[in-house]
Amino acid sequence: MELRCQRCQKARATVHLTECTGEEPRERHLCDACAEEEGLTLKQQSGFTSLLEKFVDQSMKVEELARLTCPQCGLSFAEFRNSGLLGCPNDYSVFEKLLVPLLERTHDGHTEHVGKKPGDSGPDARARAAIAQLRRDLDRAVEDEDYELAARLRDQIRVLSNVED
Amino acid sequence: MSRIDELTRQTGEWLRGEGPMSEVVISSRIRLARNLKGYPFLSRADQSQQRKLYRELSECITASPIGKDIFIADFEELSELDRQVLVERHLISRQHAHGEGARGVAVSGSERQALMVNEEDHLRIQVLRSGLRLEALWEEIRDIDLSLEKQIEYAYDQRYGYLTACPTNVGTGLRVSVMLHLPALKLVKEIDRVFRAAHDMKLAVRGIYGEGTDAVGDFYQVSNQVTLGRTEEEIIDEFGKTIIPKMVEYELKVREAMARERPYQLDDKIWRAYGILKNARAMSSEEALFLLSHIRMGVAMGRFKHVDVQTINELLLQTQPAHLQKIHQEKLSGEQRSIKRAKLLRARLEKHQPRDN
Repeated sequence: MELRCQRCQKARATVHLTECTGEEPRERHLCDACAEEEGLTLKQQSGFTSLLEKFVDQSMKVEELARLTCPQCGLSFAEFRNSGLLGCPNDYSVFEKLLVPLLERTHDGHTEHVGKKPGDSGPDARARAAIAQLRRDLDRAVEDEDYELAARLRDQIRVLSNVED
Repeated sequence: MSRIDELTRQTGEWLRGEGPMSEVVISSRIRLARNLKGYPFLSRADQSQQRKLYRELSECITASPIGKDIFIADFEELSELDRQVLVERHLISRQHAHGEGARGVAVSGSERQALMVNEEDHLRIQVLRSGLRLEALWEEIRDIDLSLEKQIEYAYDQRYGYLTACPTNVGTGLRVSVMLHLPALKLVKEIDRVFRAAHDMKLAVRGIYGEGTDAVGDFYQVSNQVTLGRTEEEIIDEFGKTIIPKMVEYELKVREAMARERPYQLDDKIWRAYGILKNARAMSSEEALFLLSHIRMGVAMGRFKHVDVQTINELLLQTQPAHLQKIHQEKLSGEQRSIKRAKLLRARLEKHQPRDN
């Protein structure tokens, strides 16, 4: 429903005021022209308009960002929101700003990887890898009921584990 | 006989019924999600890229140290039934079975390793053992990962770690998943409290066949959801030393309390399950899981000695729809399956004649 200007009764009311000068708050709805004649310019409402502008600005941004598309794989952020799946590794940098809040939500506030890196899994990685191999051999020896071999492997594991400490 | 047929004749690794805390913990699994650098993720890969990825990854797996002991199942050459067998054996996901294009799985002879190629990510390395054995599994999967990393370059970012198609897996790409058998907590209606606690700890609780499946027969999969901002060791340590032992302890306490306070009701549950399984003429796979679950609890508690865990575990697998059809070497309707299932259960349990107890 459209409100008419209370002053000229013609144009559409675009300025809405609640005046608290009298005993009771009075609502006033005016068109742009009448509001200006009464000296109620938009400037006087700057607090509100700047807020609104900010809001519009932000919602524009969200819309723009939804249209944001990865130049490498062609996926738009809107498409990602629908499927939940990214299109290529590059998306992590293209959509970074939009992904970070999502990462925070799903990963308990974390946004940075602290685990294993390619080719490097800590200083004692080699020793641990060797122990893992021996453990597998041990499992197999036990399965084959070769207890002599199993005993030897167990000793080797013990030695390596001590070195690691 | 195909490799898939051979699989149906053995019990999957995750059902061996061995290992630490195996009275409650059915199996432990760790998976790593990895993608190759220089390719789009699968939702944006065209057919030829997907084919190239499949070829490159299968060659790479074959050339790695685990390559000697694995066979690769190419899904474009596999029947729907065979893929379903792999789902029932927990070697691939449902999503992977129903996917499209060049894809497959590399499975080791023991079924302890299963590497899915072109599922949601280019590569999903999985290792699986019965019982609670996360530390050993971590060493194993890290070695596989390292050996593959020598041959291929993964999509990796300094800040976000291993990049995955879904941001919920980014960072370590690590999913720890433990399958628990919690019949006592279910019986005394404490299970919802466990779920709420799990939820508060940012854990996911799912049914026996993973994402989007119901918990049938009191079997639950508990897994981590946070993959970023924590080291692999932290995630695994918390799981193996705190979360799972606590849940196991809770279940065992309730089992003890039931045995102490309501032994007749408990035995009645177990024996009724046995009675139905031994006599029914038609049975759904859900009902079979439900009843086998009660017997498994009885066996684990030492109250029921006429069936061993191994037999129950085999039955858990063989009563699944695809396995049942494999055993009978023919496609069966739902009704035919429930008749054959009941028959199989009667025959297997007949061998174990109970004395009075």
